[in-house]
Amino acid sequence: MLKGNRVTVRYGAFTALENLSFDLAEGQWLMLVGPNGAGKSTLIEAIAGGVRYTGEILWEGRDIQGLKPAERARRVGVLSQRNSVGYAYTVEEVVGLGRYAYRPGFLSGKDEDGEARIAQALAMTGMTSLAGASMLTLSGGETQRTFLAQVFAQNPQVLILDEPVNHLDLKYQQQIFSLIRDWLKTPGRAVLSVVHDLSLARKYGTHALLLDHGKRVAQAPVDQVLTPDNLRRVYGMDVYAWMREMLTQWEVRS
Amino acid sequence: MKDARILKRERFSPLTYGMLGICLILTMILCVSVGSVRISFSDTVTAVWNGIRGLPVPAQIPKNIILNVRLPRVLCVALSGASLSLCGAAMQGLLRNPLADGSTMGVSSGAALGAVLAMAAGFTLPGSRYGGVTVSAMAFAFGSLVLILSLAYALDRSLATSSIILIGVIFTMFLSALISLVVTFASDHTRSLAFWTLGSFSGTNYDQAKLLGVTLVCCGGVIFHCRNELNAFAIGEDNARHIGVNVRRVKLTILITVSVLIGVCVSVSGTVSFVGLVMPHIARMLVGPNHRRLLPASLFSGAIFLLLADLTARTILRPIELSIGVVTSLVGAAAFIVIFYRTGKGR
Repeated sequence: MLKGNRVTVRYGAFTALENLSFDLAEGQWLMLVGPNGAGKSTLIEAIAGGVRYTGEILWEGRDIQGLKPAERARRVGVLSQRNSVGYAYTVEEVVGLGRYAYRPGFLSGKDEDGEARIAQALAMTGMTSLAGASMLTLSGGETQRTFLAQVFAQNPQVLILDEPVNHLDLKYQQQIFSLIRDWLKTPGRAVLSVVHDLSLARKYGTHALLLDHGKRVAQAPVDQVLTPDNLRRVYGMDVYAWMREMLTQWEVRS
Repeated sequence: MKDARILKRERFSPLTYGMLGICLILTMILCVSVGSVRISFSDTVTAVWNGIRGLPVPAQIPKNIILNVRLPRVLCVALSGASLSLCGAAMQGLLRNPLADGSTMGVSSGAALGAVLAMAAGFTLPGSRYGGVTVSAMAFAFGSLVLILSLAYALDRSLATSSIILIGVIFTMFLSALISLVVTFASDHTRSLAFWTLGSFSGTNYDQAKLLGVTLVCCGGVIFHCRNELNAFAIGEDNARHIGVNVRRVKLTILITVSVLIGVCVSVSGTVSFVGLVMPHIARMLVGPNHRRLLPASLFSGAIFLLLADLTARTILRPIELSIGVVTSLVGAAAFIVIFYRTGKGR
């Protein structure tokens, strides 16, 4: 669905991404993995239209940089890591904005299934009963579920997640990730996400793209990428040993 | 069971518009009737109604005061109030900052400097007494905007809202100094410093009311057309981009529109502060942050507020007329403290 060829992003003299090629196919949940500063968020911004790049990111053969903002939004939706709303918008108003890219123009007709999509998105995320609530009164988990509902209402084919559960309690992390896994079951969809927690990457990802210093280290199914050797090379430590060590903390102590 | 956090929001129906319109017209009649010469409401209505239809006005009614002095002034006040409040609402949404306004952005001061310079230099357009000053005010408003945005862009490529506000405040201080300087050295040619810093509607005429009216219809139309985009910006600029808003284009459109509207207002009445800052707040408390309702509510409340402020300015210390900015700043500052106190407690 999305194909990157030699994508390069420079901020002044600093090269954030260098000649990065990647591939995202239908049904995949591609986890972007790598240490801080590896270029994960930059890649996401490049796809979402936040930064200019050289090289190409192709959507069905067309460079995504050439799409109009609304055209891009109908194909690619983004859930970012921290969303806060300063004014007392209702949940429904925020979710309804997910249909912005489908709003009628001067010549085109109404957004026929808009209302249904909004209702469905609210139901999927369990926010129906809070549809009329002010955003200022929501908890962190409810806020993030509202923005997930917004991106569901947007009905993109590729969902991009930038550490969507970073500040959330474990219960909400689990909720959000299961919701996304359910969303991915519909054919014609794919997910690309940045996750710091390697256990989450292994649990939910089908594939992984390992980055280091703006360059690709590996892209393949998760188990082939997150090998002890690859991780040692990128993180400079024995990740497997560390993870097993963490696990021993959960043995019941007498 | 319903969650206690569910908000009740009235829909903005034609009835609401009608009621707001009636309130506005009643306020305007009040403002035309009250003054150094007291006129009865029925005489005011008769004079205006006959004046509109081109019929002769009965001799016992002070026609000159009503039609040539007070009515044009009241029209200018209402249109300026509506324009300034609309601009404030648009800026606060666009920049996602409840402190944004033409005055905090430096657009008002830029416009005032443009107007002062045009007056001091005697710059006029052929065939129009005010054209030169207005065009200069608009050009300087837009110039200040471009300057502020390029400075903000140099500081932070994403045009983040906090840097724009910061630069706007510093820029406003700098421009105020320049305005004082020009007024001091060219005091024979320009209006008083008090006019430029506190504003006044004394002596406004129908030409100015027409100019304000046409500008408000055009610019207000553009702003209202962008109501969905303003909602998206008010929720967050990144979010706006993610849902498909053409962020740069909308931002530029709104900022240009606002600077034109503010430029015209300043050239007519000087800088009247606090209207654009406080009235959208009050409108937001009444109808919520959705610009579909917030923009009309700000428009009407701004007009009514400024009418009452002008009425107070010219009657409270009769026969001395206060600058309108004295009244708006006193009321506005008090209202602002109350608003902050209440929002602080509400969280």
